[in-house]
Amino acid sequence: MTRFGVYFRSTVGRKAVAAVTGVVMVLFIIQHALGNLLIYQSAANLNRYAAFLKDKPGIVWPVRIILLAAVGLHVWAVLSLAAQNRAARPVGYAKRTPQASTLASRNILVTGLLLLAFIVFHVLHFTTGTILPSTHMPMDVYGNVVRGFRIWWVSLFYFVAMVGLGMHLYHGLWGSPRTLGVENPYAPAHKPIPQIIAIVVWALFTSIPVAVVIGYLHL
Amino acid sequence: MNLTLYVWRQPAGSPSGQLVKYDAPDISPDMSFLEMLDVTNERLIARGEQPIAFDHDCREGICGSCGMMINGVAHGPMKGTATCQLHMRSFKDGDTIYIEPWRARAFPVIKDLVVDRGALDRIVAAGGYISVSTGSAPDGNAIPVPKTDADAAMDAAACIGCGACVAACPNASAMLFTSAKVGHLKMLPQGQPERGRRVLAMEAQMEAEGFGGCTWHGECEEACPKEISIDWIVELYRDYIWATVVRREERAAEAAI
Ligand code: FES
Repeated sequence: MTRFGVYFRSTVGRKAVAAVTGVVMVLFIIQHALGNLLIYQSAANLNRYAAFLKDKPGIVWPVRIILLAAVGLHVWAVLSLAAQNRAARPVGYAKRTPQASTLASRNILVTGLLLLAFIVFHVLHFTTGTILPSTHMPMDVYGNVVRGFRIWWVSLFYFVAMVGLGMHLYHGLWGSPRTLGVENPYAPAHKPIPQIIAIVVWALFTSIPVAVVIGYLHL
Repeated sequence: MNLTLYVWRQPAGSPSGQLVKYDAPDISPDMSFLEMLDVTNERLIARGEQPIAFDHDCREGICGSCGMMINGVAHGPMKGTATCQLHMRSFKDGDTIYIEPWRARAFPVIKDLVVDRGALDRIVAAGGYISVSTGSAPDGNAIPVPKTDADAAMDAAACIGCGACVAACPNASAMLFTSAKVGHLKMLPQGQPERGRRVLAMEAQMEAEGFGGCTWHGECEEACPKEISIDWIVELYRDYIWATVVRREERAAEAAI
């Protein structure tokens, strides 16, 4: 086996794949969260932004392909690691009291699967309009958002999924730089950075369905 | 004090076992946890029952023999100590205590609370050494080592190989152990010639033994009786990537041919 073959077969290498693809997705998510802020400026600005993106297939399609590849590699890496980790303890403890692990770290697989389901739903909902076609009008992103989030279970699903996203980022962003060996363990100031990013991203995304439900954003 | 124990009993050679309830009356708070088990065992023997098998040796926290899951916590509720350094004053009268062996595929149960930790020895045998020609002891200060490096190496070398990190890890990973054994050698000049080969071989052995991988839960660091930092795992990852990309030792070997 080549040295890179050895690397990707090891947990260290597959974790690095998960970390790099995770960082790629987080960069997109941050961009997405910031782009969403236009909804608070005006419906016209948000729709103009959407039209601007639609006009640039040379940018949009490569980004989509990179993201799709990142999702695929991330899922492959973490599922194979999770299977290996599970096999490492065939007999569990009758009593186990966690000391240091967090809700976010212990449930990273659960939140990850939730996000996978959410991504599929989200694309089918807002991008293609396949789900709930009656609320979908091409090129009217603002209207689609407001009409979509007026349906209670859609808002609820987004709300829950964003809690999952926050938890997933909370642990994933803490671990990723460590997995890649780039975190400086002697820099305690770095510690809150992933937490701050997770909370800001969660708040930005969650604010939109909440704003629709309370009537701040309306048609 | 009077306690109720639930102890994992598994006959030697049997693939399964179960938790068995024992009463432990009249326990002095000044006893160590292992002395409490000794007393319980004497009572069992007096009744003609099999005593509870558990590993122990130094009983002062330096050998790494002892180790059990006490109420779901590796080495019990005292932080930074091995099971042998835990005293019964950490418990209250009337407490119920669950006592289980380390659980991992790579740590098969031999009997009751005794597990086979040979997997850890094999990880060390895969590369946790330096190759030098032996001879008379070298002069103490022949190789200068910065104080901070010497201290860091000492921190990692404090690992007593008890296996609590594996027991506590939700993935039964031996990454903290492996990173400590890689780490104390990599901090010193003597460890440099085989640095890349060592990290690759020891990590590969860890996986071959059936341990899981790290997902940064941090349970290992919390359970470690020597309080070895999880940051050693970051160091291992950095070295692993470096060893994969740079391949210094193989290049040196090729250049020598
Ligand atoms: S018996 Fe030696 S460390 Fe506990």
